[in-house]
Amino acid sequence: MRPPALSARGLSKHFGGAQALAGVDLEVRAGEVHGLLGENGSGKSTLIKILAGFHAPDAGELEIAGRPVPLPLPPGLFREFGIGFVHQDLGLILSLTAVENLRAGLIARSRRRPFVSWRAEARRARAVFGRYGVRIDPTATVADLRPVDRALLAIVRAIEDVREEHEGPGMLVLDEPTVFLPRAEVEHLFALVREITATGGSVLFVSHELDEVREITDRVTVLRDGRVAGTAVTADTGESRLVEMIIGRRLEVYAAERRDQARHTRAVAVRDLSGAGIDAVSFDVEHGEVVGLTGLAGSGFESVPYLLCGAWRARGGRLALDGSEHDLTALDPHRALDAGIALIPADRQRGGAVGSLSVTDNVTLPRLPAFRRTGVLRRGDMHRETGGLMGRFDVRPADPRADYGGLSGGNQQKALLAKWLSTAPRLVLFHEPTQGVDVGARQQIFATMDEAAQAGASMLCASSDHGQLEQICDRVLVFGRGRIVSELSGDDVTRERITERCYAGAAAPVAE
Amino acid sequence: MSTAGAPAPASAPAGGTRRRLRVGDVAERAALPAAWLATVVAFSIAKPDTFPTTDNFLINIFGTQSVQVVLALALIIPLVAGEYDISVAANLTLASMIVAVLNVDHGMSIGLAIVIALAVGALIGAINGGLIVLVGIDSFIVTLGTATFIAGVVLWISDSRTIGGVSSDLVDGVIINRFLGVPLAFWYALALAAVMLYLLEFTPLGRRLLFVGRGRSVARLSGLRVARLRWGAMIASGVIAAGAGVIYAGTTGSADPSSGLNFLLPAFSAAFLGATAIQPGRFNPFGTVVAVYFLATGITGLQQLGVDTFVQQLFYGGALVLAVVLSQLVRRRRAIELAPTE
Repeated sequence: MRPPALSARGLSKHFGGAQALAGVDLEVRAGEVHGLLGENGSGKSTLIKILAGFHAPDAGELEIAGRPVPLPLPPGLFREFGIGFVHQDLGLILSLTAVENLRAGLIARSRRRPFVSWRAEARRARAVFGRYGVRIDPTATVADLRPVDRALLAIVRAIEDVREEHEGPGMLVLDEPTVFLPRAEVEHLFALVREITATGGSVLFVSHELDEVREITDRVTVLRDGRVAGTAVTADTGESRLVEMIIGRRLEVYAAERRDQARHTRAVAVRDLSGAGIDAVSFDVEHGEVVGLTGLAGSGFESVPYLLCGAWRARGGRLALDGSEHDLTALDPHRALDAGIALIPADRQRGGAVGSLSVTDNVTLPRLPAFRRTGVLRRGDMHRETGGLMGRFDVRPADPRADYGGLSGGNQQKALLAKWLSTAPRLVLFHEPTQGVDVGARQQIFATMDEAAQAGASMLCASSDHGQLEQICDRVLVFGRGRIVSELSGDDVTRERITERCYAGAAAPVAE
Repeated sequence: MSTAGAPAPASAPAGGTRRRLRVGDVAERAALPAAWLATVVAFSIAKPDTFPTTDNFLINIFGTQSVQVVLALALIIPLVAGEYDISVAANLTLASMIVAVLNVDHGMSIGLAIVIALAVGALIGAINGGLIVLVGIDSFIVTLGTATFIAGVVLWISDSRTIGGVSSDLVDGVIINRFLGVPLAFWYALALAAVMLYLLEFTPLGRRLLFVGRGRSVARLSGLRVARLRWGAMIASGVIAAGAGVIYAGTTGSADPSSGLNFLLPAFSAAFLGATAIQPGRFNPFGTVVAVYFLATGITGLQQLGVDTFVQQLFYGGALVLAVVLSQLVRRRRAIELAPTE
């Protein structure tokens, strides 16, 4: 039997007074997909940064493929030790072609090459893609590739770089590679991961998505508060057990109360909405109702929130909100805010808030005039109110003067909820509200959404996480080919039913 | 029953370390003003007869540098909103020339000439902004083009002459009349800085400009009228640059078609250097004011020590590069401090 691809013992690291890692052991066997789980702040990132040579550990030993290696690892030389990394952002240059991205790193490092024949490189790239069963045109510009193909390209590049620099099959660290992928396309990524392990490689798979971890990994190691909370064979470990290992106690799963249908009245009416892959869609939302929007990739469901707040211009459609009518072809986010519409987008960094400004600045942005007294913005009031909101939404650390970008993913999302729910919106639009958010914070976000719904706001939640929709939605609209193909409500709102309708909708001819 | 969930996370990320650098923060804010004072003291010791005199200080440095201060202040409005305005110096030159041509050649009253000069500044800002916002061209390129175009217009309307004899009312109101011994121009510049501090820090408008500069798409999705704000920033910089031109005409009592262009690089140097002080990491009016006077003090002192005039270019050019390097270092340090502990 081959020695483990990676074996770390007793890794410790502290930052100032905070112990980020305390005696962590991790073993990734040869040919294994090993999951690494843990909440934000559990030490996952620190561990990975030690492997990348970015942090020097205080103590610990590391063996790669049975051979001891010196710590700290020299930064940037991880490939020579047989480790490759693919981070969330993939590290591709969008304006270059697939083959340029695939080979550029290698060519830059190679000292022997006087010139590059891109035609030969394209041929070689085609062969490489073929070997891993990936169908990407090497001459295509990366910006034109589908998100899933970009992820596949980044992974193939990482493993090829390792195998070029290092004897042996190597190990790949996938650091939340699926965050930006539609759920349905994650399968392609998994096929590639299996291809890599079939050729002897090993994969350390870091993710928040328990479903994915349960599907792809052989074993998992869970970190909690800088220590190993446990290592287990995935197939023998149920989801609830995994959650318990991650958060250190049983999770009280949040279940939305099925609200009394009789007292409800129509709050929102969308008519003939078209544009961005959506084709003449009409639906209603009641006061206090949470409606899920879902479908397979390409069904267009994720366009709806952006079209309804004017972030994207609709080709046609009308929106009636509490009696006032809006022409969706003329709506922009400014008018949408006035009309009581709030959008919480999936991309927090680019659409949600500015990381280099304080939480107060970000949270108060849509309501600035409210803090003006005799012509002057009352900064003290702004901080005080933001501090209060941070307490209410459990944003930690509750320092309103801190930069937004310093918060963890879950806390950033809670701060965004504070920003928008404090505008007292009548219609709240969510897109993947728990992407990159840890298990504990998810339940809080659901509870917050429910509270706002109880207060009478209408919610639309576009998500490809069917388990999440089951948990929070009163009703789910399933999209296929830009139209609503199915509507589930009451006891039909289950993960299984939603998934089933998604696939049925994709297969069935369009029915109206 | 519905809120039975929502448990608090077991481990709240440690956040207590963020505010520990209080002393360091203060030092960072005060570094530039302190460097200015140190320069003043050093030159006063080196040249006790000529440097620390009221004439040198109150008139030479505080008075004549007011043009530079106003121009640098014009620049930081578009910079806050994430745009460059390379045309401010050309705009300044045009405004001074309009005042001179209308007042001297056409005998127009000085008040009306000033109003027209400011209106033309606003028009240039509006054209810049329109090209940037409506056509979607990069502000750097747009204003590089309009700057050259305006320089041509100046040569045209002046026949490449220097025009002297601008109304003494303007000269009196800018440089002759004094308050607390300092020419009024200085107080105009200071008042402008105060107004801008109020607008940028204590009004919704200022917060919005900041968001437009830092995260345009966040600003748009938060309901801000991004196009309008960017356009407005360009108009404001046009008007203020024209105001600098009016002060320039008053300072010299004349207008010439080219010397105003020399104000451009020092304005950028001061804006970027100013962003390392008072409110580090942000373009801010009083940091900019301090930066202008720091640079002017250094140059005046060196000239009195008998250094050649080329030192001016060495100083301003070096300061711009140094300022950008410093602000980059500040940003990098913050980025490391703020890296999520996840």
